[in-house]
Amino acid sequence: MVILKSVALKLGALLLGAGIVAGSAAAAEITGAGATFPYPLYSKWAESYKAKTGVGLNYQAIGSGGGVKQIKAKTVTFGATDNPLKKDALAAAGLVQFPTVMGGIVPIVNLKGIGPNKMVLDGPTLADIYAGKIKTWNDAAITKLNPGLTLPATAIATVWRSDASGTNFNFTYYLSQVSASFKSSIGSGNSVKWPGGIGAKGNDGVAATVKQTANSIGFVEYAYAKQNNVAFTKMVNAAGNVVSPDVSAFTAAAASADWSKAVGFYLILANQSGAQAWPMTAATFILVEARPKAPPATAEALKFFDWAYSNGDAAAKALDYVPMPAAVKASVRATWVRDVTAGDNNAPLYKPGS
Amino acid sequence: MTDETLAAAIDEQRVAPEMTGTLRLYRWQDAIFRAITFLSAALVVVVLAGMIVFLVHGAIPALTAMGPSFFWTSDWDTVEDIYGALAPITGTLITATIAMVIGIPVSFGIAMFLTEICPGVLRRPIGTAIELLAGIPSVVFGIWGLFYLTPVLQEYVQPVLIDYLGPLPIIGVLFQGPPFGIGILDGGIVLAIMVLPYITSITRDVFMTVPPLLRESAYGMGCTTTEVVWKIVIPYCRVGLIGGVMLGLGRALGETMAVTFVIGNTYQISASLLAPGTTISAAIANEFNEAFEEQHLSALIALGLVLFLITFVVLALAKWMLMAIDKREGRR
Amino acid sequence: MSARVRRRGVVNIVVLSLSVATALVGLAFLTLIGWTLVSRGLSAINLDLFTLETPPPGSRGGLANAIVGSAMMTGLAMLIATPIGLLAGTYLAEYGRDSRFGSVARFINDILLSAPSILVGLFVYGFTVLPMQHYSAWAGSIALSLIALPVIVRSTQDMIGLVPVPLREAAAALGAPEWRVMVSIVWRAAGSGMLTGVLLAAARVSGETAPLLFTALNNQFWSTDLNAPMANLPVVIYRFALSPYDDWQQLAWGGAFLITFTILVLNVLARVVSSRSQLKV
Repeated sequence: MVILKSVALKLGALLLGAGIVAGSAAAAEITGAGATFPYPLYSKWAESYKAKTGVGLNYQAIGSGGGVKQIKAKTVTFGATDNPLKKDALAAAGLVQFPTVMGGIVPIVNLKGIGPNKMVLDGPTLADIYAGKIKTWNDAAITKLNPGLTLPATAIATVWRSDASGTNFNFTYYLSQVSASFKSSIGSGNSVKWPGGIGAKGNDGVAATVKQTANSIGFVEYAYAKQNNVAFTKMVNAAGNVVSPDVSAFTAAAASADWSKAVGFYLILANQSGAQAWPMTAATFILVEARPKAPPATAEALKFFDWAYSNGDAAAKALDYVPMPAAVKASVRATWVRDVTAGDNNAPLYKPGS
Repeated sequence: MTDETLAAAIDEQRVAPEMTGTLRLYRWQDAIFRAITFLSAALVVVVLAGMIVFLVHGAIPALTAMGPSFFWTSDWDTVEDIYGALAPITGTLITATIAMVIGIPVSFGIAMFLTEICPGVLRRPIGTAIELLAGIPSVVFGIWGLFYLTPVLQEYVQPVLIDYLGPLPIIGVLFQGPPFGIGILDGGIVLAIMVLPYITSITRDVFMTVPPLLRESAYGMGCTTTEVVWKIVIPYCRVGLIGGVMLGLGRALGETMAVTFVIGNTYQISASLLAPGTTISAAIANEFNEAFEEQHLSALIALGLVLFLITFVVLALAKWMLMAIDKREGRR
Repeated sequence: MSARVRRRGVVNIVVLSLSVATALVGLAFLTLIGWTLVSRGLSAINLDLFTLETPPPGSRGGLANAIVGSAMMTGLAMLIATPIGLLAGTYLAEYGRDSRFGSVARFINDILLSAPSILVGLFVYGFTVLPMQHYSAWAGSIALSLIALPVIVRSTQDMIGLVPVPLREAAAALGAPEWRVMVSIVWRAAGSGMLTGVLLAAARVSGETAPLLFTALNNQFWSTDLNAPMANLPVVIYRFALSPYDDWQQLAWGGAFLITFTILVLNVLARVVSSRSQLKV
């Protein structure tokens, strides 16, 4: 009884934290928390993985900021973030970082008569909308990009993330790159101080709020826009071409990324130069402890991502995420062997091909 | 029978010696029973004391770091660890004010309707229905507000407000800006609907305490219904009415779920009632589970402390007034 | 004179029409909410709702784990709050009636009765979740019991206050000890009133969301472990209603209907019990 209780307490302690919940079958479960950006894919992977191995993944989409905090507090087996940690931060926290997939952030709008993939926006215009400089939908900057659309004279309601979010980071990072005034007045980060608009929690919260609020604009990971049938827009990319958000545009952006030089896989894919590249493409990352407190749990987590690298590409593409290139996967696996260890002899927790 | 008389009886040995054992046993049982009930009552006190200690203790780090500017600055920046509570404080006060401005007249109207106008057959069913509606959980008002009230506000009500009230001097500033639907006004209206059944049923009960004799005399003198209500009923129940309103205000100030859905979660102070904002309870509900830095947690608990103080003052006033009315009735 | 009478008549008609109008508007809004709840809620009710766990978006699922979680936590909360509340109410009505402590405690209980429930959530987080280092159904139950406690205390106190003094004196005169008088005579006389209070407290507790956010949290899966986070209807409704997924929103309406229906049943029960009471308020 006492042992049972202490096991329950330990398990509970393992699951502490925001949004972290345990099932009754906690033993056969991997717990992770963080970014909402990859959540649709992780939940899909988890479903298939559980069907195959019986091991469940309890992933709580609490936002990238939450994910980083949770893994630093060691309350989860892995944290997930779209805003990668730099080398020094990783070393200081004793964490190992690797990317899982890439995907696109898309602007979504709620305007009467405007369906998905109809409106065109460019970076500076988007930046001015979010900076509060463009206030109405029939502003010259927007109508110039959309000669075929009749846009109302109504005010634009901007919707943004109220939680600490990697999607927010990638979005503001892109806007800061294309607009100097955005960079100086708002800047980039997991949470920034927006001059107006409505705050919503998580990618799903932003999608829900935009769906609910007429004349609003928001930004979400593409799967959220597609699954919920919200009107996403096209963008003008760095090469000056109008591109639609789809897996080929995300792949085009990913193609020009050079992962081999990225220390700790730190790479931000915003505003890539490819002719068909989607400008707001981002990778999403997993963080695990380099010397885990609970080695078996981390080993299970690595097994899961190993399986996902080998078997998860089709599911990723179906949800319009871009799988990592084979070379990156190989170097991630090498990193696992080298950097994630346990015990006095520093035995690697990940065994290739297991 | 009190302990003293019992003890006196034993001392004087008016009871048979074999009875004293039983009486002693009784005394023990009574003392234990009394102690248990006392401890239970003490627990109630301990809970409130614990709550205050927790709030004050938890609020100290943020309050010492921010100083008094916590109360009058509106920067809420989790990255820079700067916390100013003005936006949620004003949001709480303004939404509650809107709720009262709408809720009080409507509640009084319904109560007057129920006690003075409504045909006798309908009084009980309508009254009961309103009391049952008071039990609807607040989260239901929240989702109803989000899915049904907000679109109507945004599409039909707010544009009219902006067009007709916006250009007016002085009060116009309250109704300017774009119609988002979601915002302070939305939150206030949802709160008003939520406290409506609550204030109505208290008001009705208070109206009913007016002795029929008073009412009938006034009617007998030829007073109209309006005059009876204005000159007899309301003055008679003034204190009780204020007490009831205060209880409704207390609920509106502390309400979380009904507001969180429709307030907009923005730490911004705007003169316009149409703008998104936040309230203390909405801020806590949204952020508490994500807050891990000590300062952020502490700032949220400090917000809780502010909410506690505001509601405490309102409730204490309400209680004091209701006690005054009880006393008056007791005298009679 | 007649002009004045006419003016009074006009004022009266205006005020009466306003009163009727506000009554109609107010009642219309409340009816609208009730109707929305019933129509959206009923269409969400099916067998899955009671048999399946809360799903990820896009999958088939129900609210079974949340229903069971809510029932467990509410039940446990009532088990904690009822005895304490009845005893404390007894003390305040009977022994502490004229003492200073009694009046302070009565005042404090009334403050607790209307304290914002989210503060109760914060407080319980502070003394259960923080030291235990994890969210749990225990914490949720304790938070709910603190919401129920003042309701029970207050109603017990009021009900016992209504028991006629001669009843007690008669019992005491028969030689019954004080506690027997309380338990067998006063409690029995006030019994249905006290039960009404307990039922109303249960109704109040069933719909509370805010205190559970930081204590029981939520759980995607089936769990009956009191030491772990537990699914519950109010928090599920909150999360699902604020999501963009139609199927989740549908579940939220179904859950909202279930909760409201439960509260309604408890309220009606409370009325039935109190109407059978020997003591008329």
